[in-house]
Amino acid sequence: MSQRKQFCTFYLDARLFGVEVLKIQEVLRYQEITEVPLAPAVIRGLLNLRGSIVATLDLRRRFGMPPLEDGTLPTNVVAQTSSGLISLLADRIGDVVEVDEESFEASPETLEGESRELIEGVYKLPSGLLLVLNVERALDLEAAPHA
Amino acid sequence: MQQQLIRDLVMESAEALDQFERDLLALETNQQDSDLLNRIFRIIHSLKGTSGCLALHKLEKLAHAGENVLSLLREGRLDPSKELVSTLLRFSDGLRKTLAEVGETGAEGTIEHAALIGELVAIEQGSTRMPPAAAGSAGLFSDEDPLFQQATPGPTSETAAAPEPGTVADSAIRVDVGQLDRIMDLVGELVLARNQIVRFAGNTQDAELIKPTQRLNLITSKLQENIMKTRMQPIGNVWAKFPRLVRDLSLELGKQVALSMEGAETELDRTILEAIKDPLTHLVRNAIDHGLETPEARRAVGKPLEGQVKLRALHEGGQVIIQVSDDGAGIDREKVLRKAVQRNLVAADEASRLSDREVFGLLFQPGFSTADQVTNLSGRGVGMDVVKRNIERVGGAVDVQSDPGRSTRIRIKIPLTLAIVPALIVRCAGNRYAIPQASLVELVRIGEDQVGTLIEYVEQCPVYRLRGNLLPLVHLRAQLRLEGSDSSGAVFLLVLQAEGRQFGLVVDEILDTEEIVVKPLGRELKGLAVYAGATIMGDGRVALILDVMGIARRVGLLNEHSASLRDAFLQDAKSSVASGRQSLLIVGVGGGKQAAIPLASVARLEEFACSHVERAGTSDVVQYRGEIMPLVDVVQALGGAAPESDSARRVVVYALDGRNFGLVVEHIVDILECEVKLHRTANQPGILGSAVVQKRVTDFLDVAALVAQSGVASFEKAEVEQL
Repeated sequence: MSQRKQFCTFYLDARLFGVEVLKIQEVLRYQEITEVPLAPAVIRGLLNLRGSIVATLDLRRRFGMPPLEDGTLPTNVVAQTSSGLISLLADRIGDVVEVDEESFEASPETLEGESRELIEGVYKLPSGLLLVLNVERALDLEAAPHA
Repeated sequence: MQQQLIRDLVMESAEALDQFERDLLALETNQQDSDLLNRIFRIIHSLKGTSGCLALHKLEKLAHAGENVLSLLREGRLDPSKELVSTLLRFSDGLRKTLAEVGETGAEGTIEHAALIGELVAIEQGSTRMPPAAAGSAGLFSDEDPLFQQATPGPTSETAAAPEPGTVADSAIRVDVGQLDRIMDLVGELVLARNQIVRFAGNTQDAELIKPTQRLNLITSKLQENIMKTRMQPIGNVWAKFPRLVRDLSLELGKQVALSMEGAETELDRTILEAIKDPLTHLVRNAIDHGLETPEARRAVGKPLEGQVKLRALHEGGQVIIQVSDDGAGIDREKVLRKAVQRNLVAADEASRLSDREVFGLLFQPGFSTADQVTNLSGRGVGMDVVKRNIERVGGAVDVQSDPGRSTRIRIKIPLTLAIVPALIVRCAGNRYAIPQASLVELVRIGEDQVGTLIEYVEQCPVYRLRGNLLPLVHLRAQLRLEGSDSSGAVFLLVLQAEGRQFGLVVDEILDTEEIVVKPLGRELKGLAVYAGATIMGDGRVALILDVMGIARRVGLLNEHSASLRDAFLQDAKSSVASGRQSLLIVGVGGGKQAAIPLASVARLEEFACSHVERAGTSDVVQYRGEIMPLVDVVQALGGAAPESDSARRVVVYALDGRNFGLVVEHIVDILECEVKLHRTANQPGILGSAVVQKRVTDFLDVAALVAQSGVASFEKAEVEQL
């Protein structure tokens, strides 16, 4: 019997990303955020999560993707990290999917640049590929684009 | 159960031993006090009993040896000599060491204390050849031990049985500090929720909502206040170990030191207390090691052999001031500068230009030490910078004053608490920011039509004339690189203070003052020094808290070595004279000459009948508003004639370094504002230079130099000596 894991999934454009469900605290619709001048561009601002202050990471910027154009509001996926909570901004939320460990593969060697750092590997789902996001690495802003 | 009892023993013994040491030191000066002797005995007696019950035999053995000596002391068969007290203090250290081990591991370690026990036994036997004292007390114990086991599980019964008069032992309980912190967090949340509800209720007319909201508001404030109080501890808790420290140090260094403490009951939040404990200890060590001279040196300069070290704590404007002062040799400016140049902390040509304040600031630079001889106590070049860093970490500031040959005073200013602070909420480019009130000095509004004229520029740096002095301005919008253009409508200046330097922060709008709960920023934003944290506003949105010191650093205001920017702003007479428009007081100084004094430093103009002029020391003085104000005759100082003895003195009351001096002039000509172009003239002391003012050549007085030259400054200092 192979190991099974559950992933919380979300989309950036048509790409399906996932973070292990145990690391996700909650998913919120778009919240008003307070911008932080001088902060790295990938930090969109701060939001009030029932009295705790949580920084918001713009995943599109983190992956070097252009901003959402049609004015739709992103969704907050609040994840736990070694240094507290972080809210990840995604285009929209997907389902919780259960995956088989056997369907996991490391990222292909041809994957280059930023994405190679941020994607831990891939699960081959019947419907397509699920990219596993490395949240800790996404927070490592030394490497983040400053534009 | 056993573990719990051991934990109790460790905790309570630590306090009991604090008391033990205090009492021992008191005994040294007050040798016949039987209450003291009894208490000292009881503390050790109790410790011995409990440790025996808990099968901590090493502890028991050591306590027993000490107790026998104390028993002799109590019966008057031994005198509390200096040596004996030293031994007993070491005995206390030994107990602490084993207790600490027990506290960490739950069992006694390997420390044997054989030498210490031997020493105690030797004292005991040396004083008497008769064993009954020891045997007697042992007998007493064998009677009492079973009783302990049955009825009294903790050592409290012994100490509580005879409480010190005035203690609250019965009505106090122990609370875990973590628990208090959690309650504090929850109250913080409650304050935020309260703010939200109050804001919401403010928009309705519904009396049924407004009334309970007001009650909620009141109760929350009370609750907050009281919870804060539970976290407060008197600073005396930290000071309590200083008498011992001072005694040990003074013996070791062969100096005579009297320690006095004032304001030990001043309360501080425990996190802050914790943070300043080590810095304070360091400062006291420094005062004794570096500050005070040896008795021989003191005798040579005619000081009392015993040096004074004073600790003083007081509340001042929502903050706590702690002073550590000594009447030692003071700080040698030249020596500090030599060292600083040697260590490349300051350029040699720059050194002579630094103010005393800046010179003493060098002491806080990493890697600085003035001690010629490095002792194992202080002077290792680590220390003062750490002191400063620790104090700044809790939002405090530290500065040094020194009167060479006479005294050194170190002043620490810290906030009462860190968790909830009153703040001013401002708006800039649509965002709200909170600024802690503690660093706010005043607010200035500049109307739309005045923005263009009242904000002036020195090169690219904006400045504002605040009562005649140039205040450097920082545009928050530009600093934070916010969108939108400046100068759209009226602006506000927040006059802020960081490490004694003032600057004006320009914002769009002032909203409100509010008690805010400070929340830390996550790791992602830690690197941004301009923010002290964030808070949640009444409407539930997040606002950033500005770090005034961080902003000042960012714009280079606190950078000790970047002289260029700051020099343009130096708020003393010299620079303001050199820079453009000035408000001036024009006075006649005899011989048809006229002179100018910057109006900003002029407190009042007075006329004194000559009968009011008295002599103090070598100076003329007058009684002015309850103080003695020295007079400096400007006419004479500039080579003019002495005034006729019966004429009234026209006096310009001039504020310098927080003191008033009276400048005697011939007559007052005018007050005017004009453009000044200063020419340096022949090097006449007391004159900065000359300029043409209303078509007449006018000398600009260097008041600081005139005062120094007249010798009244030293008279002043002597008077300020009393801290």
